[in-house]
Order: sequence, then C-alpha cells, then structure tokens
Amino acid sequence: MANDATTADQTPAFGEGTGWSGVVGDWSSDKQTFGVPWGKAMMWIFLLSDTFIFSCFLVSYMKVRMSTAIAWPNPSEVFGLTVFGVDVPLLLIAIMTFVLISSSGTMAMAVNFGYRRDKKKTVALMLATAAFGATFVGMQAFEWTKLIQDGVRPWSNPFGAPQFGSAFFMITGFHGLHVSAGVIYLVVVANRVRNGFYDKKGNYDMVEISGLYWHFVDLVWVFIFAFFYLW
Amino acid sequence: MAYVAIADQDEPLHDPQSFIEKYIWSQDHKVIAIQYGITAIGVGLVALVLSGLMRLQLGFPDQFSFIDPSSYYQFITMHGMIMVIYLLTALFLGGFGNYLIPLMLGTRDMVFPYMNMLSFWAYFLSVIILLASFFVPAGPTGAGWTLYPPQAILPGTPGVDWGIILMLASLAVFIVAFTMGGLNYITTALQARCRGMTLMRMPLSVWGIISATVLGLLAFPALLVSAIMMLLDKLIGTSFFMPALINLGETLEYNGGSPVLFQHLFWFFGHPEVYIVALPAFGIVSDLLSTHARKNIFGYRMMVWAIVAIGGLSFVVWAHHMYVSGMHPYFGFFFATTTLIIAVPTAIKVYNWVLTLWRGNIRLTTPMLFAIGFIFTFINGGLTGLFLGNVTVDLPLSDTYFVVAHFHMVMGVSPILVLFGAIYHWYPKMTGRLMDETLGKWHFWITFVGAYSVYYPMHYLGFLGLPRRYYAMGGAEFMPESAQSLNAGISVAALTLGVAQLIFLYNAIVSLKKGKPAGHNPWEATTLEWQTPDTPPHHGNWGDKLPVVHRWAYDYSVPGVEQDYIPQNVPRGENEQSGQT
Repeated sequence: MANDATTADQTPAFGEGTGWSGVVGDWSSDKQTFGVPWGKAMMWIFLLSDTFIFSCFLVSYMKVRMSTAIAWPNPSEVFGLTVFGVDVPLLLIAIMTFVLISSSGTMAMAVNFGYRRDKKKTVALMLATAAFGATFVGMQAFEWTKLIQDGVRPWSNPFGAPQFGSAFFMITGFHGLHVSAGVIYLVVVANRVRNGFYDKKGNYDMVEISGLYWHFVDLVWVFIFAFFYLW
Repeated sequence: MAYVAIADQDEPLHDPQSFIEKYIWSQDHKVIAIQYGITAIGVGLVALVLSGLMRLQLGFPDQFSFIDPSSYYQFITMHGMIMVIYLLTALFLGGFGNYLIPLMLGTRDMVFPYMNMLSFWAYFLSVIILLASFFVPAGPTGAGWTLYPPQAILPGTPGVDWGIILMLASLAVFIVAFTMGGLNYITTALQARCRGMTLMRMPLSVWGIISATVLGLLAFPALLVSAIMMLLDKLIGTSFFMPALINLGETLEYNGGSPVLFQHLFWFFGHPEVYIVALPAFGIVSDLLSTHARKNIFGYRMMVWAIVAIGGLSFVVWAHHMYVSGMHPYFGFFFATTTLIIAVPTAIKVYNWVLTLWRGNIRLTTPMLFAIGFIFTFINGGLTGLFLGNVTVDLPLSDTYFVVAHFHMVMGVSPILVLFGAIYHWYPKMTGRLMDETLGKWHFWITFVGAYSVYYPMHYLGFLGLPRRYYAMGGAEFMPESAQSLNAGISVAALTLGVAQLIFLYNAIVSLKKGKPAGHNPWEATTLEWQTPDTPPHHGNWGDKLPVVHRWAYDYSVPGVEQDYIPQNVPRGENEQSGQT
C-alpha cells in the first residue's frame, strides 16, 4: 500500500530547505502543506472560523453599546459581590477568570504527558482541566442567577440600557456553551486515553487537538472579560 | 481492503455492505456529492417555479387571483434565499466540491468521511426546515432575502409569526452543515494530496472550490451571529437591531437597537457570498475551457493568484451594498475604491479565458458552449457592477431593475451556466454514460438566448427608474406604457426559459440508462479524475495504488507529442519539448 515515491519528479518535499526557502518548500510541496496531522489542521481552521463568530458577537456588542440611548451600567457595580459586609467589585469574575486560566495550565501539562505516553498523568490532568471548566460553568450559573435576582433580563435591566442584559446573556451564554462542550469533549478524550484507544491508534494527537480547542475557549474568555467587565 | 495511504493515518476505509450504508448513510464522498446535488437541484426547482409565479404577476398584473402582494413578497424572499444559498452554494461546494476534490487530488476520500456525511444530513435538515415554512400558518417570510430588520420581524410583513423563525433556524443549521463540509474540503486539499500533487499543480477547479470554502468559513459566522440576534429580538424581545418605534399606531417595547448593525453583519457575509458562488465557477470554467479548447490554460499562476486576491478583497467591499443606508462620504470613497480594485484580478481572469480560446483547437461540445456562454454573461454582469460600485452612479440606480439585471447576470446566470456545463462535463464520470449532445445544445441555446432576453431589457427598465420588489407599478407616472409591454415580454421569455429546463431534466434522467457509454475519459482530459481505474469510480477511487502526479493539469497539445493531451499521472517523456511542471 505504500505509494511509489520513486517515480515522482523533483518536487520539493515537505521539510526540505531552511529559512524562507524552507517555508516556500513546505507550502508548495506535494501531499501536505503543514507538517501536522489532519485533525490538528482541521481544528486550527475551525478555530479560525470560530474566531470570526466571537468577533462578530463582540463587535455587535460594541455597536449596540454605542447606539443605545440609555446610559450603560457600570460593570464593577453590577458584577460586585458583598463579602462579610464589604463590597468587592468584580470578585466573582476574577475568581472565574483565574479558574479558567489555571485550567489552561493543567491542559498544557496534560499535552506534555501525552507526548511522553504517561497515561495516568495525562488522564488525571485532563480530568482536572475538565473539573476547572465545570467549576467555571457552575460559577457562571451562580452569576446568572444573581443577576436575574437583581432584575436583569435579556430584554430589560434596572441598571440602565437593556442591551446590557441582552449582550451579556447572549455572549457569556455562547461562551458558556463552548466551555460546556469542551468539558464533555475533554472527558471523552480522557476516557479514550484511559482505555487505550489512542495506544491502539498509535498516537496521542487527540489530546493536543482537544487542548487547542480548550486554549482557544480560554483566550476568547480573556477578550470577553476585557471588553465586558473592564470596559 | 483499501487503505488511506498517508503515513500518519493508516486507517482502513469504512467499507459499506448494505444498501442503506451505501446510498443513504453513505460516507463515500461521491455518493454524498450526488446527494447534495440532487437535493440542491430539487430545492432549486422550487425557486424556479417561484420566479415563474413572480413573472406572471409582473408581466400580467391583476390577471392571477392567487398571487396577492403578500404571496408575491414571499415568492421573492424564498426565490432569492434558495437560489443563493440552498442551490448555488450547496451545489458548487457540497456537490462539486465533494465530488471533485478527492478525485482531482488523488485521495481515497475526504479526510473525515463521517463528518462529511453529517454535513449532508444537516444540509438536508436545513432544507426541510426551510420548505416547512410553506406549510405553517401565514406561510414563509416575505422580508426579502436580505431580511432587513425592523420590518422582517414586525407585523405587516408576511410570515412574521412562523416564517421568519423557520428561515433563521434553517440558515443556522445550514451554516453548521457548511462548516462540517468546508473543514473537510480545506483539510483534504491542504493535507491529503497524492504524491507529486503540489499546490501549484492543482486544477483550477480545486483552487476555486477551496478558496470559496475559506470565504464561507470566514463569512458565514457573520450570518450566524445576525441570525441568532434576530431570533432573540423576535422571540424574547431583545433590542439588538430594533430601535424605538411605532408600528401600526402602537409604541413597541423595543428600544435603542441598531438596524444598520444588521446590514453590516449581513453584507459582511453577503458580499463574500457572491464570491463563494463565483470562485468555484471561475475555477470550473477554466478547466472546461482548457479541456475543450485542447490548450493549456493561459497564465495558470495568474489565475490562481487572481482567485486568491478576489477572495481577499471580497471581505473589504461589503458596504457598497449600503450606499443608500447613509454613510460618511469617506467610507463611500473607501468602499467604492476597493470595489473597483476587484475589477483588476477579475479582468485578468477574463482575458486569460479568452486567450485560452485564442487559436485553440476548439471542440464545440455542450460543456464548451456553456463555458463560452459564461464568458459573455459574466462580462456583461461584471461591467454593470462597475457602474454600481460608484457611489454617485449607484444612488439613482439602487433598488431599480438595473440592480436586478446586474446581480442576476453576474451571480445568477453566469454560475448557473457553469453548473450546467460542469454537469454535462462530469456526468459521464458519475454515471458512465454521456448526456445527449443534441438535446444539450438545444438546452444551451434556449437557456443562453432566454437569459439574455430576460435580463437585458431589465437594464433599460432600471434606467427608467422602475423600482425592484414592487408587486405592481399601479399608475406610476414615470412609467411609460412601453415599459409594461417590455415587462410582459420579459415574462414570456422567463417562462419559456423555465419550461426549457425540462429538456435538461429529461436528458439527465434518460441518459442514465440510454446514454452513449462514455468510456473512462470521453473528453480526453488530463486531470486525475478521468484516470480512475473504474468509471464510475468505486469506493476508495483508486483501486490498489494511489496515483502519482508528474505534471500540471494542463498539458494539452504539447509540441513533439503525438497525443494532444498528457494525463497528469503520465511520467515525462523524452520527446516532450515544452510543457510546464
């Protein structure tokens, strides 16, 4: 089943050349353009597309924030928590962000151990990542509940412009769905690492691919955090 | 069992046994392509009938009691949306993309066949949701294919209860379907080519299809986001797109949204969408012209770069659809400039097509006729695009029949002509039999002349100021009597044109059993899909061995070689005096 490489003409092969000629060689080589497995290439392309989705959401949020006639609420008040009688602005969201960014750390370690074929540690770290993700979604549910109790709705909002509620629930909801999907994805992949599915297949690429997705979801959160909570 | 011969993916191909696995839940890219094709053509026929109904009303107002203003708007909306998205996008990318990419690049299948199958069934679901809106109370939405809010979701627009919801839901499902397919097409083309198939040896069809897919993956997100936001506006009363307004004497709950935001999002999708439809047509027509003129495509590298440049530019021109929405004059200046710059790579392509024909050994087969017809209609529609790209010329012509004529010429008739040419061209590969040439030529001439008699007069109606999307002109003073008779003439031509498509359907169905056996390479073409061991190709495409490519896709009439074509998988001979690697 091997392909007859011998008879092909002198076309640049992948990975030949250095510097710019190497780049040109890679791009114009036969068979593949990037030296990565199919799934990884596909995940990168998907994430590029997903970036456009989140960009459209965030740009739309900025536009309605400009177009609305009613004043925009002050996020540090709306998202403040009262702990032991002290008003702490953005406390919950700071913890949520910390949790999510930590999960990126555990994910990176899981990928590392995946390369070393250390099944136990890979599984443990992936499950830890998933647990961090689930914690994030849980805290987001708490945040939503609190806002809803304060009277914030997608269509109205006691603190000011109704678009605040609409954009908040829509964008964090869409991101939360991404995190939830990621948690399920990580658990499935971790389980396959555990039961030896990838040993049989011969590679642990899926660990890294799911990691790409997870880092992306974290990165998106950084932008949502900056544009929604800090602005 | 056939294996995918790529070092890091040694997985056995899924080998179907039962009828259902082979033809319904199939993971074979060729079956999926044909499923896409049949579904798209089926739903396209619905849109064709709708356009006939519209022409009945426009040509002969007040003669048909079953067409009232509401249903007229519904016909317009559904006709536009189906034609642009569910027919053209799906047929070019889902149909020909699926069929041609693996065969032309020498792979056994798409890289992820299961996801490819899901893509088709999600597309099928989106079509079902869309067609379901004909059967809900008050029918499909009549908001126009652009679905501009606020009117799209306010009482007074037909289909405001159910139609608009189904439309937006169907679009969202379509986008999911497209994403699953599109990821496959790009990854396959980038990562799974056969030995010797470099990027700059790929046939232009593949270049056109994958560039369009990239555009789709970056443009459809804007449509998805606007669909989600409009659904929220409609269903739970958010105000993303809805300003404070009074409707039918009632102050509405909406407040502070931005209708222009929707227009920006929509056209950020909408303009690349034009090229999602056009780029595959550019690519396919290049291959048709080269094959049937027995000559290499003129300026292959330029053709590739022109496709890529047009694709890139298509993301920075969207607001030329919004000149009349009002914008800062400098923005108008910017968008007019970028729009006109697109004419440069496009003109390069047109010159190269014509130069490919120059002194070629032209075989006037049916696919060739359609390809040459495309050059005419595309130049025509492209030139009127230059008019409309200028702000000052656009303002008076906007929302007249001139615009209708322009976009039908450039992204309606032209891609459809290519699609017909492509079907006549690849039908023998898909079925093993040729379509009937005589019927094909009748079909071409009626379609070509018919399309011109429909759309050419519309330019003049547009100059007269005849507004588009109007159900009836009533006693409009500026509209002379002759304009109405022109409209009647257009309607007669349009209905003839519509009915004439039955020739094509008859031909396609009858040739399935009765067509002349095609052999494996009836057009004597060089590209890989004609070099498969079996026709139609079996599951896995290539038998035991993947092909090895030794040359580009356009070695026709090479000096010093007796045969006037050299397939891509033939090694370089000693007598070859030229030819490109």
